[in-house]
Amino acid sequence: MPDATGLELIAQELGDAVLDTVFFRGRGTLNVEPTRIAAVLEHLRERGYSFMASLHGVDHYPEEPRLGVVYELLDMQRVDRITVKLRLHSAAPEIDSVTNAWPTADHQEREVYDMFGVVFGGHPDLRRILMPEDYEGHPQRRDFPVGGEPVIFTFNEGQSRGMPQ
Amino acid sequence: MEIKREPVNLRVRDLNSRQLLRGSEVLGPNPSSHLEGSDFERHVEESVLTTTLDKAVAWARSNSFFPATFGLACCAIEMMSIVAARVDVARFGFEAFRASPRQADLLILSGRVSIKMAPIVRRIYDQMLEPKWAISMGACCSSMGVFNNYALVPADKFMPIDVHVPGCPPRPEALMHGVLKLRKMVQEDPDMGWRERYDARGTEEVLPGA
Repeated sequence: MPDATGLELIAQELGDAVLDTVFFRGRGTLNVEPTRIAAVLEHLRERGYSFMASLHGVDHYPEEPRLGVVYELLDMQRVDRITVKLRLHSAAPEIDSVTNAWPTADHQEREVYDMFGVVFGGHPDLRRILMPEDYEGHPQRRDFPVGGEPVIFTFNEGQSRGMPQ
Repeated sequence: MEIKREPVNLRVRDLNSRQLLRGSEVLGPNPSSHLEGSDFERHVEESVLTTTLDKAVAWARSNSFFPATFGLACCAIEMMSIVAARVDVARFGFEAFRASPRQADLLILSGRVSIKMAPIVRRIYDQMLEPKWAISMGACCSSMGVFNNYALVPADKFMPIDVHVPGCPPRPEALMHGVLKLRKMVQEDPDMGWRERYDARGTEEVLPGA
């Protein structure tokens, strides 16, 4: 991890692209401006954080801006990690894709799109990856119903759809 | 009910075996080597078994299930172990897992079926030749178990299931019990196939032009 001072140095280099820094339990986090994410990641790559370990989504419902995208970067020379976070308004959850610079982001951005409905502009193939393609809604959003259905046992056999009466 | 058996007629057996050894044309003039009258009738009673063709076919089918090689999740590990030495379901003529649904007549749904997977499972089931049976193994594909959420669908919704084996996952013994239940069903009550239960007579697959 960069220590707290190192995190501030990185934030100073990035200027006003960084909204906030958090250093908590040895873990450095940059909260960044969503429109500048590609430039921020490129700068961090030059600093040595050249491996994107993960890209995932968060739903901060009922806060607004509600949807979060989290990028976990790893410096494999110094075994040093840094987290980059951004927040998107749920009315227009759109952000630039980083697939061109970070090929591993391809499937992970599709997963975030599938589960949270974040639209990654410029993604080469932004389709659902886990749910069926005709599925409606984004199931990992916190206001999405858990779903499931009443289990068919003998006592309620006739009441369920799709079963012989 | 007590069945009273007559003692085996040793003379009939003796004559019969002598006849087999010699062949019928060399029996010669000795009349004692021929089976006649009540001796012949007893011989027939002892050596012929009558049944109906349906029963014989059901017996053969129920003792030679060919399951499809098809595993979905953690239940598949338990399913694999029923063919291993400890449970050894080969005792019931069940061990020949076929790699093609065209050769299989039993589908074991071993694990959770997601909404995206359901059409594929249904397609495999449709490719199997009739008569065919299906076992829903474990909680997930019967009642969705701990995964009762937006992603899963119970197997009863999209295909006919003959036997549900509960458990999470069921022990191999439980699955074997389910297989034996199915065997009993095929032997004793073959008309409880899925076409009867779902009133699906006349929906058999017909090739175009046939």
